[in-house]
Amino acid sequence: MSFLQSLIDAVALGALYGLVAVGIGLVFGVMRLVNFAYGELITAGGYTLAYLNGQPPVVAILACVGVVVALAFLQERIAFRPLRSASPATMLVATFAVSFLLQSIYLLAFGSRGKIVGTLGSLNQAATIGSVHVRWISFVALGVGAVLLAATTLILNYTGIGLHMRAAAVDFRTARMLGVRADRVISLAFLISGVLAAAFAVLYTVSNPLVTPDLGVQVTIFALIGVVVGGMDRLLTATLGGFAIGFVYSLVGSELPSDKSVYLPSLIFGAVIVVLLLRPGGLFRLRRVTVERV
Amino acid sequence: MRRRLDPVVQLAAPALLVVAVAVVGSFTPLARQLEFENALVRTAVVVALYVFIGNSGVISFGHISFVAVGGYLAGILTLEAEQKNFVLPSLYPWLRHTHVGTTPSFALAAAAGGIYAFVVGLALMRLSGLPAGIATFAVLGITYNVLRYWEKIGPAAQALALVPEVGIWTLMVCTLIAIAVAFAYQRSRSGRKLRATREDPAAAQAAGIDLYRQRLVAFTLSGAVAGFAGAMLVHQLGTITTDQVYLELTFTTLAMLVVGGVTSLWGAVVGALLISGLDSFLGDAENGIRIGVHIDLPDGTRLVTVAAVMALVLILRPSGITGGREVTLPRGRRQEAAPGRAPVSSPR
Repeated sequence: MSFLQSLIDAVALGALYGLVAVGIGLVFGVMRLVNFAYGELITAGGYTLAYLNGQPPVVAILACVGVVVALAFLQERIAFRPLRSASPATMLVATFAVSFLLQSIYLLAFGSRGKIVGTLGSLNQAATIGSVHVRWISFVALGVGAVLLAATTLILNYTGIGLHMRAAAVDFRTARMLGVRADRVISLAFLISGVLAAAFAVLYTVSNPLVTPDLGVQVTIFALIGVVVGGMDRLLTATLGGFAIGFVYSLVGSELPSDKSVYLPSLIFGAVIVVLLLRPGGLFRLRRVTVERV
Repeated sequence: MRRRLDPVVQLAAPALLVVAVAVVGSFTPLARQLEFENALVRTAVVVALYVFIGNSGVISFGHISFVAVGGYLAGILTLEAEQKNFVLPSLYPWLRHTHVGTTPSFALAAAAGGIYAFVVGLALMRLSGLPAGIATFAVLGITYNVLRYWEKIGPAAQALALVPEVGIWTLMVCTLIAIAVAFAYQRSRSGRKLRATREDPAAAQAAGIDLYRQRLVAFTLSGAVAGFAGAMLVHQLGTITTDQVYLELTFTTLAMLVVGGVTSLWGAVVGALLISGLDSFLGDAENGIRIGVHIDLPDGTRLVTVAAVMALVLILRPSGITGGREVTLPRGRRQEAAPGRAPVSSPR
């Protein structure tokens, strides 16, 4: 286990968390909604994959994307659309409730013992380059993560609807007055965040094949922490934050002596508090933003 | 005259509700009584949350860490020293040899919760909005992590058991104390200042209110109430585990507060009791009960239904069941209907 090896694994996990951060950050951008139930999309993807073990991977992955995107739309339509004008705290707690609801449905439907995903298990084999052994999945995660992030950037920067989304993220009300259609923009945000959740589910279950009802919660908590630490207001800083938390978690986890490794979460949380105190607006924010007075 | 009675009603209504729950609970068989006791404990936790979140408008995910600290401290201190030598041999000697009675353990738990909240708050109260939420969550994560693995301060991943239990009347009195403290705080000068900052931080600060200081006061006080509620929790069940005071309790109590109505004490109490009641009722329905018709729901429907009800209430009534208002006596008809006179608007 060399340092380089841990470094590559850390970058790969960082890229995965970056995906989740974009999914959360996009929806937050247009709706000011912190979707805590985002993790349940990932869990749904995981279960879809687990139930399609043995099918060709392409079929399983497409089904996974389909289910997750459908669930994302459903969440938006049923739960979050009526709450658009509610206070942020109410929206946040509503997403908890949705998260709880979905988790208990998973528990009821699939049991607490979990299902195993085997779709892309072969990617766990290690590739040897010199003296470094790196699992294929690390490369695949890195590649897929980079492609998806690039695609999201392209959509946001070079399409009409992408422009609308960015406008909505800056000032939703003004954007609407200027003819941006709220429902379309929000639907697109949920569509993209759904695809990203599905991608995360496919890649994550390769190295963590056990899907339990609370799979998504743990991921969401850490990604959300990353997003806030990085800086919620801008997608780039949010993504970097997500990447950073995945990267640090993996790297510190592999470098920590094993008798201290149980305290890894405390270390991460402690660092999070320090960063938030020093830079409450976000770690990667360059300019100081003035406090709005009115 | 009626208006003068308002504060009395505002305190009496939640208090009477709690007393009613305890009285009804005391007539039920022992197994059922546990559920009433549990509802009282949860009410105290939600009231603790309300003291900070309701008055400041800042969300905190960290309060269950104060509940945890209070609960573990009260539990460990009330175990006999010989018991501790046996079940918790790796405890620090000063913790292992100290033994206090049940009543002082409540006070110590409140003190511990308050001190912990004060120390945390010194740093964290500079934040607001989501960064504050995430930072308090980080505190919860650390507390859970440390309690779960550090064997010198507690039973770590094991359950702490054999803690002396208290009955439903003691729990009722404790919940009433929590409500009284919350009420006294919200009527106090400090509480009013804090609520002013909730409504408009910029204007309140312009009027000379020290936002940081007022938030710190509320955070410390609500930490103390949370620690106190932790002692209730451990003395109600006689046992405590780290998972009991982590994510699930955090989310259910927060949801109770929001469903009831964040900005009022009445909302906190109503939300806690209603959801606890629904929870127990559905738990029964899973085992099959008769109320007119025979109901027998499949296992697991309890969680689904409770979550669905919470989501539904939030969608239909975003400001909670009570609308975040305290109880008031119905206003006299004449006052409002009198022609040519503007109805006296209640000062907000």
